[in-house]
Amino acid sequence: MSTVYELLGGAKAMDAAVDLFYRKVLADERINHFFEDVDMERQAAKQKAFLTMVFGGPNNYTGMDMRKGHAHLVKRGLNDSHFNAVAEHLAGTLKDLGVAAPLIEQVIQTAESVRADVLNR
Amino acid sequence: MSRVRYEAQWYSLEPEESVLDGLLRQGVPVPHSCKAGVCQSCLMRAAAGAVPEKAQAGLKETLKARNYFLACSCWPEPGAELEVAGGGDELRVPARLESLERLSGGVLRVRLRPQAAFEYRAGQYLTLLRADGLARSYSVASLPREGALELHVRLLPGGAMSGWLSTEARPGDEVRIQGPAGDCFYLPGRPEQPLLLAGAGTGLSPLYGIARDALEQGHTGPIWLFHGAREPRGLYLVEELRALAERHGNFHYRPSVLEGRLGEGVHVGSLDALIRDECPKPVGWRAFLCGNPELVLSLRKKLFLAGLSMKDIHADAFLPSASGPGGAGATPRAPDASR
Repeated sequence: MSTVYELLGGAKAMDAAVDLFYRKVLADERINHFFEDVDMERQAAKQKAFLTMVFGGPNNYTGMDMRKGHAHLVKRGLNDSHFNAVAEHLAGTLKDLGVAAPLIEQVIQTAESVRADVLNR
Repeated sequence: MSRVRYEAQWYSLEPEESVLDGLLRQGVPVPHSCKAGVCQSCLMRAAAGAVPEKAQAGLKETLKARNYFLACSCWPEPGAELEVAGGGDELRVPARLESLERLSGGVLRVRLRPQAAFEYRAGQYLTLLRADGLARSYSVASLPREGALELHVRLLPGGAMSGWLSTEARPGDEVRIQGPAGDCFYLPGRPEQPLLLAGAGTGLSPLYGIARDALEQGHTGPIWLFHGAREPRGLYLVEELRALAERHGNFHYRPSVLEGRLGEGVHVGSLDALIRDECPKPVGWRAFLCGNPELVLSLRKKLFLAGLSMKDIHADAFLPSASGPGGAGATPRAPDASR
């Protein structure tokens, strides 16, 4: 079975996915304060790596990167509710891109596997 | 402790000290300006030793391959030794000042003619070096076919380069230029795509080049140019831009000031409110944003949220010079004219 990554069109489709996803995240009052002072281009590059990973594309994901990358946000109060909000936007992005519900569910489960790393538990 | 060899002499670096800071601290005059890895004034080439990846961020691949690096962003590993083959001299092109002309109370138009080939795209920036090595980066407002390079220099009280240019420099004086750098320029290929150009102060400089470049390359879609200033006297090239709008039906020029009287074709109020009114749905557009970092970063976010793709937003935030006249160790002072 092909991955969501392949289904969407591979590497060249990731920029459009990041645009949709990042725009939802920045517009969300529950979480956008975590993104206030970040460099947008660098952030987009990280999100591209993250989406590529959860969509089943080629990646070199390590839990350590996720831990280190979010440790300072956990100190600022990052918790499950924020993680859930991001997961919601991930599902919304895939819906916008016309991905079928069972595949979205699969992606969300992959994202779920990084929850502990992101929240440094 | 790491060491750097520069012009046949070894210098030691303190922990956490960049190559640039270490050399300046020990009295070595090295051209530099932004100290933030952007202006590329402190470009050097390594003859031996490992160049950290971070010291090459933003450099062209051709320069990376030849071991060029930015001294301000180069922190060698503890104990490492780095030998510098030379500064960026071999990449610098001699040029002569051709004219110096006030465009407004606070902006000087400097035209200079390279004495050797200097290829660039309208909207990129270059580093201008005075004979003594004083370096500042400026965006280029001219088009390559025009021959002379045009820079818009903001005059700042106490500005080292802008002060020299506005009072002492004369046509015929020799300077050097290095570059160009930056990816804020027009690429043909989608002639119907609407363009949104916005900047404040001398942020107009690259936009003036980009707008004319797009028109000359046959862009058919609308081109909106928003130029913001605090007061009306901060605007410049107003007549030229109005004339350009008269000649090209798809070019729209909107000057805007924060403080001033209504009327006379100048908008009064914030630049982003004006942009929102004139271009309420910029989905699928291409944007070029130039000028002070606060404005550029805030506009980038707003336009992204309004529907522009990240890859279609070209932002060039002008950083102030980080070098006081006293060189390293000088206390922070008014930033000199950057671009």
